[in-house]
Amino acid sequence: MTVALPISTDPAVVPEEHQPRRGLWRRLPTRAKAGAIMLGAFILAAIIGPLLTPYDPSFQNPAPGLSLHPPDAAHLLGTTQSGQDVFSQLLLGIRLTLELALSVGVVATVLSVVVGVAAAYLGGVWDEVLSLATNVFLVIPALPLLIILLGYLPQKGQTATVLVLAGLGWPWGARLIRAQTMAIRGRDFVAASRETGERTWRILAFEIVPNEVSLIAASFVNTVLYAIGASVALAFIGLADLTSWSLGTMLYWAQSQQALQIGAWWWFVPPGLAVALMGTSLVLLNSGIDELGNPRLRDAGGASAAAWHKLRPTDPTPVLGAAPARRRWRGGRQAGGELP
Amino acid sequence: MPFIVRRLIFYLVAAWVALTINFFIPRAMPGNAVESIMAKFPNLQPSAYKALQAMLGVGHPGSLWDQYGAYLGNVLHFNFGVDVTNYPANVSTLLAQTIPWTITLVGTATVIAFLAGTVLGIVAGWRHGGWLDRVLPGLMFFQAVPYFFLALILLELLAVRGHVLPLGQGYAGGLVPGWHWDFIVSAVYHSLLPAFTIVIASVAGWMLQMRNVMITTIGEDYMLAAQAKGLPGRRVMFSYAARNALLPQLQGFGLAVGFVVSGAIVMEIVFSYPGIGLLLLNAVTSNDFPLMQAIFLVITFAVLLANLIVDMIIVAIDPRARAREGAR
Amino acid sequence: MTGPVLDIKDFSVVYRTPGGDVRAVTGVDLQMNAGEVVGLVGESGSGKSTLAYGACRLLRAPALITGGGVTYRGRRTAGPMDILRLGPAELQRLRWREIAIVFQSAMNALNPVLNVRDQILDVIHAHLRISRDEARDKVGSLLDLVGIPRARLRGYPHELSGGMRQRVMIAMALATDPEIVIMDEPTTALDVVVQRDILAQIVELKERLGFSILFITHDLSLLLELADRIAVMYAGQLLEVGTAHQLQHTPAHPYTRGLLNSFPSLRGARRDLVGIPGSPPDLHDLPPGCPFLPRCGYGTPACTDIDMSLAPVAPASAPGHVTACPFVRPDTPAPPGRPDRPAEASPEPATSPELTS
Repeated sequence: MTVALPISTDPAVVPEEHQPRRGLWRRLPTRAKAGAIMLGAFILAAIIGPLLTPYDPSFQNPAPGLSLHPPDAAHLLGTTQSGQDVFSQLLLGIRLTLELALSVGVVATVLSVVVGVAAAYLGGVWDEVLSLATNVFLVIPALPLLIILLGYLPQKGQTATVLVLAGLGWPWGARLIRAQTMAIRGRDFVAASRETGERTWRILAFEIVPNEVSLIAASFVNTVLYAIGASVALAFIGLADLTSWSLGTMLYWAQSQQALQIGAWWWFVPPGLAVALMGTSLVLLNSGIDELGNPRLRDAGGASAAAWHKLRPTDPTPVLGAAPARRRWRGGRQAGGELP
Repeated sequence: MPFIVRRLIFYLVAAWVALTINFFIPRAMPGNAVESIMAKFPNLQPSAYKALQAMLGVGHPGSLWDQYGAYLGNVLHFNFGVDVTNYPANVSTLLAQTIPWTITLVGTATVIAFLAGTVLGIVAGWRHGGWLDRVLPGLMFFQAVPYFFLALILLELLAVRGHVLPLGQGYAGGLVPGWHWDFIVSAVYHSLLPAFTIVIASVAGWMLQMRNVMITTIGEDYMLAAQAKGLPGRRVMFSYAARNALLPQLQGFGLAVGFVVSGAIVMEIVFSYPGIGLLLLNAVTSNDFPLMQAIFLVITFAVLLANLIVDMIIVAIDPRARAREGAR
Repeated sequence: MTGPVLDIKDFSVVYRTPGGDVRAVTGVDLQMNAGEVVGLVGESGSGKSTLAYGACRLLRAPALITGGGVTYRGRRTAGPMDILRLGPAELQRLRWREIAIVFQSAMNALNPVLNVRDQILDVIHAHLRISRDEARDKVGSLLDLVGIPRARLRGYPHELSGGMRQRVMIAMALATDPEIVIMDEPTTALDVVVQRDILAQIVELKERLGFSILFITHDLSLLLELADRIAVMYAGQLLEVGTAHQLQHTPAHPYTRGLLNSFPSLRGARRDLVGIPGSPPDLHDLPPGCPFLPRCGYGTPACTDIDMSLAPVAPASAPGHVTACPFVRPDTPAPPGRPDRPAEASPEPATSPELTS
């Protein structure tokens, strides 16, 4: 799973003032709303799903006819090698995976805010050290390091996994938050607060951080995305608590029992699809948050409608009521400067 | 200090941090996993035993600094110790057998995906608001799907059901590896589906990233100036927009290449491809720590090297980078 | 060809945002004649840049031109051209060749990854059909024209000083011998000494090559020295238009009088700077009538009913001097607490006397 960099890395894109919370839903583009609704569905499944599982996910039904049974009325998504119900596992898996990913998101985002703001605000040697640490952990690939960290852990429980994942997930957000904090720090209203003797922590909490909300939100969403991808990949190679039913563990067992070769697609397709769709909803949400923070990413909207054609950024300003011009791909040179 | 020298020093620092983490993790982690491993092999040759000790960091006479020194020495001599599961094979030997497969597959596929994604992203960003925007949610799905899962799906469709491409492995069963025609053809044939998977899984990410960067770049003042100058569209799109947008896109590549490579290596497992991925899976399953640590170092150094190459490309195309003294 | 070079009539631009329309420019009439320097002055957000860029259709989404007409008559054109009806290809030919722009911050207006020579060559090859050698010679002579050493040809924008970058922009603007050069606050980002040099250069080039200038700035004192005619803009509407002399000595609109009061003079007795209290209105919902009313010292309730059309101040003695305020004339006494600028302490030249032609 690639983690794209949707946010413009230009720290000069700072919102002019704290955006009001009212009308937030209305201002989100359609894509982001779709993402939020999808994510909401998964969260709902995570909360109430395991209460509705028709079977105990771990229950191994020894009845021979029920091993690797394709989906039917009794087992909505079929059974595994040992007769376990895939659907029940899926519901539990969604909860476990989401729990893990959201926890990692919270811890890592807090860490990245602390490091980013500290580096930007304290400056000097602190900035140098923190920036170096951030950049080093950014460039060292996360998954291999996670592999040896988790590999040496005797028990790969939930808490340990959360801590390890969060421990490698903060640098991305820290770098962006540092850049934005430095841009804001130089702004007038911060200098004004300092002049009036406002204490540092108050300035940080009430003036600087509120202006970074969209960046922090995007960073959180991205970290959750990373956590899902990393935890699933780690579980797939066996570096997780294999007795628990996360989506990654399901995929591990499916792979190790050769589900693909046997043709038991119902075993690996549902968990993988769940992971992909959860990830998609997060990416959609992120693109919406991006558009809120960086207005350039929005499309022409109302002006397009008035001009009767989809406006590209490099089109001439449309004139109300004028017939839409046909767009030509090439521009031409003009001999001698003559105009019609 | 020239930009590229600063970056080289940075990567050396990062490599050193990786090495040091690698050294300290066995000592820092709870449990006696390491000792139990050592206990399995009481009859090791003294040299192999020492290498293993240096790698795992136990039982070596002398202080922590001595051990650290020995460890660094070993690494620099590509002596990663003895492999636990394939004893008496050297870890280095195992790596040497598998790395070429991974580099060829993952390297080629990643570069193809990056180039294709960047070009598509240039067009998508230039035509922001056009029909290409409608495929965005589809692209986002492909960005979010785990590589190995996509591999499973494609295998199911194209190999199991479709019988179009082979089910896995690096080459057909009976062949002997070597530089002869049958083998090469078979190897390429077997690498088609894995490469295809990597490309499909990662192209979306590069395209989305480039699109966003293009759109931001088009909002810059010099783009408005280029429009005001009545310059031909193609010239503006390439020399004014894309050329400037390429810089953040390359930086993004450097940051993302770690994830792409990791994902691709895990994906190899699904194909039973004879690269590092399978080696990694076996190492984890059997708690083969020397091998795991060696793989971590190899992947890390490869990613650092890729970043350095990207930095050199950036210096070549950005006139400001040559003058810049500070970090980017 | 008779008629003004650029004829803007009843021009309106809105920004169509999800939160409603922002009326950036409303009903503006403005003409430019050949060889004339027209100044466009106003506070930040008054719409002066929107007007200039909108007339060239260079505004980006969500901008929308909602009314009016912009007609161009150049020496090279066969007939009058309606800029608002041109297709993209014709617009591209018109741009720069006929109407060039010198942007405010040249650092941002120059492509960072191309060198100076390539950027000027781009402009030349886009509009003129001349051989490569001729083009190269032309680039060299353009740099000579603006006073930049030819050694800078291979340099990149970030290697040049602010003043030099601005000169490069001017050289680029003149490369195709345009009819009109729009200058958008060209010297605001520069220090005063460089500013003076650049302005002197601009005037000299204008004399030599004969183009018209639309000079956009917030600095009225500069225009009083530089411009032939001046248009005062506020909240997207024109409040007063007249010659520099008329505005300096017989300002009609309260806003103009307030602007004149906002900068000190070098000579004469010391006095308190009065300025204009308050801040410009929110363009999202403009109140009916005169937008300046909340800050105007002469305001009355009747001001909410006027239609903001420009009417002559004194048709016989001052032709071309128009104002949007039907109540205040040059001889209307100043309100208490906001005295006018003393007549004898006329504004000192912001730059040296060589500027006046």
